[in-house]
Amino acid sequence: MSEPILQMRNITKRFPGVLANDRICFDLKRGEIHALLGENGAGKTTLMNIFYGLYQPDEGEIWLNGRRVTIHSPKDAIALGIGMVHQHFTLVPTLSVTENVILGAETAHLGVLDLATPRQRILQIAQDYGLEVDPDALVRELPVGVQQRVEIIKALYRNAQVLILDEPTAVLTPLEVERLFETLRTMVQRGVSIIFISHKLKEVMAIADRITVLRQGRVVGSTTPAEADEAKLASMMVGRPVMLQVEKRPAQPGEVVLSVRDLRVMSDRRAVAVDGVSFDVRAGEIVGIAGVEGNGQSELVEAITGLRAPVHGSVLLCGQPLPHALPRAAIDAGMSHIPEDRHKYGMVAQQPLAVNLTLSTFHQPPFAQRGLLRWTTIREHARRLIREFDIRAPHELVPIAALSGGNQQKSVVARELSRPLRLLVAAQPTRGVDVGSIEFIHKRIVQARDEGAAVLLVSAELDEIMSLSDRILVMFKGHIVGERDARTATREEIGLLMMGRVGEAHA
Amino acid sequence: MSARRLFWFSSALPAIASVVLALLLAGLVMVITGSDPIAAYSALVQGAFLRPGTATRPTAFFETLVSATPYLLLALGISLGFAAGLFNIGAEGQLYMGALASVSVGFLVKGLPWFIHLPLALAAGVVAGTLWASIAGWLKATRDAPEVVTTIMLNYIAYAVVNYMVNGPLRHTGTAPRTPDIEPSAVLPALLPPPERLHWGLFLAIAAAVGYHFLMNRSALGLRIRLVGENRHAARYAGINVNQTYLITMALSGALCGLAGAVEVLALYRYLPTEFTVGYGFDSIAVALLGQGNPIGIALAALLFGALANGAGYMQFSAGVSNYIIAVVQAFIIVFVAAPGIARDVLVNWWARWLPRRARREEMEA
Repeated sequence: MSEPILQMRNITKRFPGVLANDRICFDLKRGEIHALLGENGAGKTTLMNIFYGLYQPDEGEIWLNGRRVTIHSPKDAIALGIGMVHQHFTLVPTLSVTENVILGAETAHLGVLDLATPRQRILQIAQDYGLEVDPDALVRELPVGVQQRVEIIKALYRNAQVLILDEPTAVLTPLEVERLFETLRTMVQRGVSIIFISHKLKEVMAIADRITVLRQGRVVGSTTPAEADEAKLASMMVGRPVMLQVEKRPAQPGEVVLSVRDLRVMSDRRAVAVDGVSFDVRAGEIVGIAGVEGNGQSELVEAITGLRAPVHGSVLLCGQPLPHALPRAAIDAGMSHIPEDRHKYGMVAQQPLAVNLTLSTFHQPPFAQRGLLRWTTIREHARRLIREFDIRAPHELVPIAALSGGNQQKSVVARELSRPLRLLVAAQPTRGVDVGSIEFIHKRIVQARDEGAAVLLVSAELDEIMSLSDRILVMFKGHIVGERDARTATREEIGLLMMGRVGEAHA
Repeated sequence: MSARRLFWFSSALPAIASVVLALLLAGLVMVITGSDPIAAYSALVQGAFLRPGTATRPTAFFETLVSATPYLLLALGISLGFAAGLFNIGAEGQLYMGALASVSVGFLVKGLPWFIHLPLALAAGVVAGTLWASIAGWLKATRDAPEVVTTIMLNYIAYAVVNYMVNGPLRHTGTAPRTPDIEPSAVLPALLPPPERLHWGLFLAIAAAVGYHFLMNRSALGLRIRLVGENRHAARYAGINVNQTYLITMALSGALCGLAGAVEVLALYRYLPTEFTVGYGFDSIAVALLGQGNPIGIALAALLFGALANGAGYMQFSAGVSNYIIAVVQAFIIVFVAAPGIARDVLVNWWARWLPRRARREEMEA
């Protein structure tokens, strides 16, 4: 752990209108995990794409093993022993693990594909690094965590000495994250050097040997987990002190706003996803639904918001039953919904920000009159929300796709909170969002509560549930397995309930 | 990047590049087959735009406009479908049904003044196209039947219906299978005396383009259609009735295609033969693709296709190049428009050389 295996010197990369990387210096020592920390749009991914040969730097040098190298393509990068695991996997779902691993590096005897030798090597790699995987399984049948292992094996199969992981934990459950970290530690012991790109402070603190923070394309500083704490890292990332803890007064619950009664919902695969769930949410309180993803939370939210028809049961808003599978009725009754998948549901990517900020109201006064759009009003409304919700956008007519993830999410939140509001359903409201935006979104959700809205929060981030909720429900395999007062509940207790261990959680 | 520059680079320039590339490649085909592309293209321009009219021959440019009229109406209809993410391949069938209905009203109803009869005949075509397309829209909305399949199938049914009507119940007493002539009160009049054929349909088509622009950019319905087309999940999330939008869009698309049929028969034929267009409804898919959903773009694309169709004859006659080469040009255009990456790569290579210089200049100015 001494001489640097990689040095990037004064890397500069410009895109039209943006300076993505500004004279960045970064080095990686043999056998270390060096975390690259920064908000979305800070230039982390650009820097790594330069290193992986996907972009060419406008200025600067890359030195690998004491030699200056020019990397024209990922092929060059692989030949130099660089591997990258992208945030969105690049696997072919219909092929087996072995086929995926050798894709692009196939060996053949007399034109016949050799699968047996690679299969042996994959098993060997899997054993060496603790990357348990069945080489014959089809990728589409594997859970996300295992798919990621396949991606890592792909890189190791190509003899990667330097491995780049781009936001590797974004798609993983807490348990899978633990697994991944163990693997990474094993890899480092065996001499692999790792660049770990992330915006999650806790994880960086847990896994990294060194941390380099980027902000707006520049290196803000380097530190180690021993010297830093989360608050310090957060302020380096954002450029100002950040409140990591949500400040809120005790809830003052009023009358029942949302009643879910004996709800039964099927998943896309026609399995029972929500099985006889009943609960209430009152005005002025935040009810958090905790649970490992895939335990029916998504289907529950879709049934409440009208995106999915339940097979049994009812959803009542202020005592009035909502018709099934009719989002319009829910919206008109005063329900707002921050969807868990903003790309699928929350926004229309190529439409201007102004349209996205009036997505569910553009046809009504004051935005339309007698069927005609009033663009001036729509744009004024957008400008007001941009100010009020601190959305960083050049102006209100840029396509929302051009904004960073955090600003897209702030736009969704702005839209949903700008309507008259009785119930807010917030599903994974801060997923893929930078620290600064998380703080802001949390504040606004608490503010909505304080103004008398009922809030149903669904999140896979236990921290988010613990800090925002007034009451916590835990969902496991389609059932609500426990309810706790957020003021007295402990992480351990909720964690046990999330795994369905109800008996042990009776504190 | 400003919205205007984005429009140029994402829509207009690739479309123009597609046309230029298609003409160049078709020229190459001519060279390979031993013809002179320069002679051919100059004859094409002559035949499409420049040749003056005589006592018996209409002016070339006016004839190009006559050909462009149905292209424009049909391509507007198809573009409307595209906006909602619907691929209406049934424009041809909707055009046939529109023509059938218009002609029927045109000769069966008698004794009306023209200012009632003509609008009635036009409306009959619009309604017929609307209803015909709505079958596909309804199947899509209620049964999730892919409109690509249903509209193609409805084309065959439309041909068969027209054939049956023209050979059977509506057959004229003469030898050729066709309907009787429509009443003079139902004729969509020409704008100029014979031999010119330019007619009022051109203005109907231009009005339709203006209406299209208005619908898409000013009305709540148009925005709703575009939202459904770009992301139907988000549209549903936002409370938009997606299936109803499909139905409305298909109906409007069919209305424009039906109007195209009505205009063709009421202005030009004035009766209904068994087969009266040679695939206008299919060529118009290419026109719509080339027009990129922009009414001015669609109008220019329609003009281009009208010119190609109209100039082809003179090109064959004067330069001795088979008019099938026009089909080659059209096919290349479709390839380049459908695979926008090709044209864009050509552009981007050019742009990449130009942009850094410009960026530096802007930096210095700033």
